[in-house]
Amino acid sequence: MFVLEPRASVPLSLTLLVPVIAIVLTLIIGGLIFGFLGYNPIEALYEFFVAPLSRPDQIGNLLVKACPLIIIGTGLVFCYRANVWNIGAEGQLILGAMGAGWLALSFPEVQSPFFLAVMAGAAMLAGGLWGAIPALLKVRFRTNEILVSLMLTYVAALFLDWIVRGPWRDPMSFGFPLTKTYPDAGLIPALILPGIGRLGQLHWGVIFAFLIAIGGWFYLSRMLAGFQIKLMGDAPRAGRFAGFSQAKTTFAVLMISGALAGLAGMIEVSANIGQLQPHISFGYGFTAIIVAFLARLNPLAVIVAGLVIALAELGGDTAQISMGIPKVVTGIFKGILLFMLLAGETLTRYRLVRVSGIAGQGAAKTSKGGKANV
Amino acid sequence: MGPSNQSKTTPLSPLLAGVGLTKSFGRFVANRDIDFTIYPGELHALLGENGAGKSTFVKMIYGLLQPDSGHFEWRGQPVQFNNPQEARAAGIGMVFQHFSLFEALSVVENIALALPADFPKEGLAELIAEKSTEYGIPLRPDSLVADLSVGEQQRVEILRCLLQDPALLIMDEPTSVLTPQETRQLFDVLAKLAGQGCAVLFISHKLDEIKQLTSRATILRGGEKIAEVKTKDKSAKQLAELMVGSKISAITPPEARNNAPAILHIKGLNRPAAGPFDTALKDINLTAHASEVLGIAGIAGNGQSELMNALTGEYCSSQPDIIFMGDRDISQMGPMARRVAGLSFVPEERNGHAAVPGMRLSENALLTSYEREGAVQMGVVSQAYATQSADRISEMFDVRRPEADPLASALSGGNLQKFVVGREIAKKPDVLIVSQPTWGVDVGAAQFIRKAMMDLAANGAAVIVISQDLEEIFAVSHKIAVLHEGLLSPAYAAREMTAEAIGLLMGGSHPEKAVKKPAGKSAKKSLRKSVKGARA
Repeated sequence: MFVLEPRASVPLSLTLLVPVIAIVLTLIIGGLIFGFLGYNPIEALYEFFVAPLSRPDQIGNLLVKACPLIIIGTGLVFCYRANVWNIGAEGQLILGAMGAGWLALSFPEVQSPFFLAVMAGAAMLAGGLWGAIPALLKVRFRTNEILVSLMLTYVAALFLDWIVRGPWRDPMSFGFPLTKTYPDAGLIPALILPGIGRLGQLHWGVIFAFLIAIGGWFYLSRMLAGFQIKLMGDAPRAGRFAGFSQAKTTFAVLMISGALAGLAGMIEVSANIGQLQPHISFGYGFTAIIVAFLARLNPLAVIVAGLVIALAELGGDTAQISMGIPKVVTGIFKGILLFMLLAGETLTRYRLVRVSGIAGQGAAKTSKGGKANV
Repeated sequence: MGPSNQSKTTPLSPLLAGVGLTKSFGRFVANRDIDFTIYPGELHALLGENGAGKSTFVKMIYGLLQPDSGHFEWRGQPVQFNNPQEARAAGIGMVFQHFSLFEALSVVENIALALPADFPKEGLAELIAEKSTEYGIPLRPDSLVADLSVGEQQRVEILRCLLQDPALLIMDEPTSVLTPQETRQLFDVLAKLAGQGCAVLFISHKLDEIKQLTSRATILRGGEKIAEVKTKDKSAKQLAELMVGSKISAITPPEARNNAPAILHIKGLNRPAAGPFDTALKDINLTAHASEVLGIAGIAGNGQSELMNALTGEYCSSQPDIIFMGDRDISQMGPMARRVAGLSFVPEERNGHAAVPGMRLSENALLTSYEREGAVQMGVVSQAYATQSADRISEMFDVRRPEADPLASALSGGNLQKFVVGREIAKKPDVLIVSQPTWGVDVGAAQFIRKAMMDLAANGAAVIVISQDLEEIFAVSHKIAVLHEGLLSPAYAAREMTAEAIGLLMGGSHPEKAVKKPAGKSAKKSLRKSVKGARA
């Protein structure tokens, strides 16, 4: 029998080495799988990891891909820290995009530079309110927020689908399920880097993604409200004893993460699409769950995790396009990468120790310290 | 009444011997080179402060931990128990301080769950009934554990061990949850067991009990064996000094006070039971006076946690005019508003209620003080304030920390308790309400905590102590009330109460009835007096 024991202290070298080992192992196993399937392993790995970073504009695209993941991931960290399991960020993203879209389509003549800010506000309000539904049902009727938030995602997706085919469809779209395009004031401009110029699709939203993650970190680690969230997640009884309300915390985190997911939806549409259509997200709301956990629920680490996942996503696309590797295979490869990173992270904090089973003798002598059966 | 055990002949060969046992966790040596022997039929005490290494030691015996060096000999043969199953198979039973029973299941179901897979389950109920008569442990096999008192739950745990015919029974702080009457019954059972040749290793910090029950004691301090003594040769005070390593000054019971102004009033507090395992509070009336300690005695599960939650504001009454702080109605205030009004609380459970194990001490200091000036500015927590108050509390209350700002879980139980009590006392509240202030805490820390509470009262605060520990109630209280099944008795002057009388109140007898029972003469007298006093 094996048990995981917490390490008394983690040397810095190990912390730095483990991700490297994890990635090397991913490359080896991934290469083997590609090889067995008849693809050139070196070429496949190149397409996965190097090609997406080989040109400056690709780096811009990577950042654009990571943008919604970082914003939503930060919001989900709030929920998960409070032990509230919001699985419906995808739906909150859609509602946010619709909230902002309603403004953009209602005021086609608007020219104010503040219009984007108003749209962002509308998106956050819409996403936040969509997130408040599972909160209300949980607080009032003790429903499970995992189920409610997940099911609301499908409601949101169908709602968007109906609205772009029906009431909001552009009469000039030749029957395609598309709305009118947003006015220029409702579009997020590209980010022009001094001396470099445009970098692929890079837009201003990316800057906000970084700021949001940093702000989220400050909120959770330095502010009383963040303390309250962690407290409610760690020890709800102590939280109530301190005088905080469980119901308010549940509302707060679901609305914060809903608002951030909504903002991500608005940015996604205003920066990359320019109009509403049935599908506006590549499952960012779900992928961000992985991002939040990969970051060990730390908003600063969400930036790194968001970039890593975005790289894997982009690499998967590149490999599909250039080598015809099926989507399922790139999916497996992404899975291996995640598995290795998480296993490496776990083994950094714990070590594997063999202890004797009921029949064994003596082997248990090797184990010292408290054991954690995992 | 106490079982006589001194006359047991001690056979020459020990049942269990430990030789040079050492166990360390990282750099911390929990047990160093301990030698130990226990003989068949012996009642042996293991004595030591919290953190002295008692738990580590018994966990090694029970196979939960393995020694780094040294070994055990069972009936003269070298042996190693790799897990509790092996220890149980050899004939070692253990009753833990915290029971592991399922409240929603019956006695027989609970016992069946804990037995090894090959134990015949048929006729188990009859077997339990048989064993319980044999050892004089009254227990109905089909009753629901949730309906049992804590003492009865303990009997379930004991019976569970007895079914496997142990040669050695380890009891971890068994009397901390019992009434005096229940304790006596337990001692009768243990004496009977010893008489049949079963050795009992009895872990306790109640020195009188150790003297009363056991014949020998092994004393641990700082992970080392300090002494092995014949308990009849030592006074309780001497035992305590061996255990703590220094002279102990006894706390003198406080003088009763007159005419102190009332600070906190509770008028007719009712609270329905929230679930099948909760106790309803029925028409609680209580007054806490300045400079006075009010002790609320009672066995766990009689509404203590419900009362505590109603006092802290975690449970908030929907009606006004029930709880008053001076003239101010605080019935509908939450915990922090009540703190701002001058109350302070220490709930019974340290881990996850009074403190958060996974957070640092500074964060735990913030837990009940974030409304205070300088703690939070513009929504941002002042790290300096939190760290300083954690340091200040730790210094004032002698909290021993492994590092500057450790996780609360890194502190021993006694030190964490000193921290959570100190955190509240340091705020100099007008009213301090503490539940089980010294539960699972070593003698030194317990003395310290009791003295701090009494000092606070001496400086003019009203202190309410909810405790199951009668010794503690008597040590600190000016007045004593008893909580039984959600009913609170009137408060009697402590000097007129006796353990016997409180024991009867704790068991649900009314004082009037209690006098008719053959209690001690002095108890009768004092009770009559106190009953009269309360009526007047």
